[in-house]
Amino acid sequence: MDIEDLVEIAEKERASRKKHVIRCCLAAGCMASDSKGVKEALDKAVQEAGLQDQVEVRGVGCMKLCCQGPLVQVDTHESGATVQVGDDNQGPLYLKVTPESAPSLIATLTGGQTSLQRGNPKAPFFTEQAPIVLANSGIVDPERIESYIAAEGYQALHDVLREMTPKEVVDTMIASGLRGRGGAGYPTGLKWATVAKTPSQQKYIICNGDEGDPGAFMDRSVLESDPHCVLEGMAIAAYAVGANQGFIYVRAEYPLAISRLQTAIKQAKKLGLLGSGIFESPFTFNIDLRIGAGAFVCGEETALMASVEGLRGSPRPRPPFPAESGLWSWPTLINNVETFANVAPIMRKGAEWFASIGTEKCKGTKVFALAGKITNTGLIEVPMGTPLRKIVEVLGGGAPDGGRIKAVQTGGPSGGCIAAEELDTPVDYDSLAKLGSIMGSGGMIVMDEATQMVDVARFFMEFCMDESCGKCVPCRTGTVQMHSLLKKILAREATARDLQKLEELCDMVRHTSLCGLGQTAPNPILSTLRFFRNEYTALLKDDVHNGRNKNHPAPEPAPAPAAGPATGS
Amino acid sequence: MIATLSRKKKNRLPQVLEHASGDKRFKILEVHIKKHQFKQDALIEVLHKAQELFGYLEDDLLLFIAYRLKLPTSRVYGVATFYHFFTLKPKGRHTCVVCMGTACYVKGADKVLAAVENKAGIKAGETTPDGELSLLTARCIGTCGIAPAVVYDGTVTPRQTPETALEHVKGWIKHGH
Repeated sequence: MDIEDLVEIAEKERASRKKHVIRCCLAAGCMASDSKGVKEALDKAVQEAGLQDQVEVRGVGCMKLCCQGPLVQVDTHESGATVQVGDDNQGPLYLKVTPESAPSLIATLTGGQTSLQRGNPKAPFFTEQAPIVLANSGIVDPERIESYIAAEGYQALHDVLREMTPKEVVDTMIASGLRGRGGAGYPTGLKWATVAKTPSQQKYIICNGDEGDPGAFMDRSVLESDPHCVLEGMAIAAYAVGANQGFIYVRAEYPLAISRLQTAIKQAKKLGLLGSGIFESPFTFNIDLRIGAGAFVCGEETALMASVEGLRGSPRPRPPFPAESGLWSWPTLINNVETFANVAPIMRKGAEWFASIGTEKCKGTKVFALAGKITNTGLIEVPMGTPLRKIVEVLGGGAPDGGRIKAVQTGGPSGGCIAAEELDTPVDYDSLAKLGSIMGSGGMIVMDEATQMVDVARFFMEFCMDESCGKCVPCRTGTVQMHSLLKKILAREATARDLQKLEELCDMVRHTSLCGLGQTAPNPILSTLRFFRNEYTALLKDDVHNGRNKNHPAPEPAPAPAAGPATGS
Repeated sequence: MIATLSRKKKNRLPQVLEHASGDKRFKILEVHIKKHQFKQDALIEVLHKAQELFGYLEDDLLLFIAYRLKLPTSRVYGVATFYHFFTLKPKGRHTCVVCMGTACYVKGADKVLAAVENKAGIKAGETTPDGELSLLTARCIGTCGIAPAVVYDGTVTPRQTPETALEHVKGWIKHGH
């Protein structure tokens, strides 16, 4: 495989483009609404109408507006026209397509009518997005490597391998200002530089696809919609740091992402884009898949590495950081799916281009999964620093049925709730941290007036309690105690003293836990206390203002620990 | 390793191997282990395959895997019990997995779960006594755009309410519960 072969594949793919391309969303969200049946019905309808020469029905990845699925979009270009990347996405968009309505949809191509609900591709939900990571999502066929190559895929890898030294690649990453998209926001370039500098005969790359935060589905969508983009990013990273073996760790709950990755790895190997001597250079790189088995703590990097080694997913203290001593004690670069997906576009378009997007301290874009009580649920990608209000009200369309938004939860169980008054906050790592929440991997759950915040805090604490690995005491027992205190408050049996105890416990667990799970477990309580303290005090048994607390000389006996954790799947 | 195992569990290993010899699924599992070159770090992959073949991880199966990968049984048991995905008890003929992710929760997944729990007379994580239905909860299945979602026998179904959920599981629950 050389650049000529790559260009040939791309040109062949572009030349074979038919007049109409009907893109049908085949990501997990739409698949749940039978989009597979829709695609089969569309294929059949095309056959029956005898339009095979003019119409291609393409199964694609996530088309973002998940709540209206299955989504189908038709793009029409005169045959022979050169279609540039980005020219798609303009044609009519059909919502909630059913297999029965497929023939009428095909009939519209020849002047017929359809009663299908039309979406507006010019709606702010689409036009306000700035896709980098999701640029190919919903456009390319994730199960065909040719489709990705036609969208300039693997060119960045070629240019990097043939024209850049590893140090230049690392320098480009530092200049781009990309920060880790897993939540903590550590500068990616610096991480790469540390691994690159560590002398070792063996190094590893890990892609963290253990998206455990409930309410987050960005990584799933990226892996399902554009798996090759992640593979290319990993290969570039491997070249930069000097690794020759990579692992992708994916949750077992994402069977579609797993099968698409397996297909993608097989195709890339067949074309010589993975394996030995990639692009006729001495560079060798292989990728293996590792399937998670349902443990939230495995999103933590040291726990994830233990799991890749086939052990219980327990974290260990850092330092040593994985960059120095990671998988099997070899230096290991571990980045999130979205981080790797940013790499190829940065290499293709340059660090300056990337650094021009976003805010001063946070460059680029961020993918968010919008869900909960909001009109447009789905996937969005916006520049860093976009105000939360714009995301929720302009892109998301506000609360459905005229409800009022009460809070936005970001960062999953490690994050916090941001009250509606704070919606003007720009979304970046530092602003969210100031509000006691975190960016997290990008889940954004909108809550309306019907949601009780104490119950939300209890929900997250129950989650952390079940998911605590049990290695360190503050997290193992602290989460159980916090959960039972919250239950006590919800049962209206708690006193002001219990609330005080809860706050003390939050502080203790936060500062003494071993890993990120415990350190951030109190966040949902602390942030709801900060903005919705009145909801807690309203549930207390005695009135805090009448001084009855003084009559409690001894603290109430601690409630019995809650019953064993509910079994997850 | 073989010696330790046999000494501690008298006559257990020959029993396990005899059990294994007559069962085709053990052969498939062995091929899978071979594919991983008997590497000990492939334990989780092997457990996944074992659960896929057998439905759940029984004791003999865990002993067999420990023997084949030359791992202490404690380690195999430790890993199998650590991860939520592995189950040591047999599952029912049908499964109903209610997603309890945040998006599903704020949209009423708890009510859906409570309705099915009531109807089936079991709690989440349990199986009906007749082995027909296993009711489970999931952390988040990542289809938050269509919340609340429930997975019936592997099929993700969007926008569930207590009524639609009961309609789905009706046939799987015998009357009288």
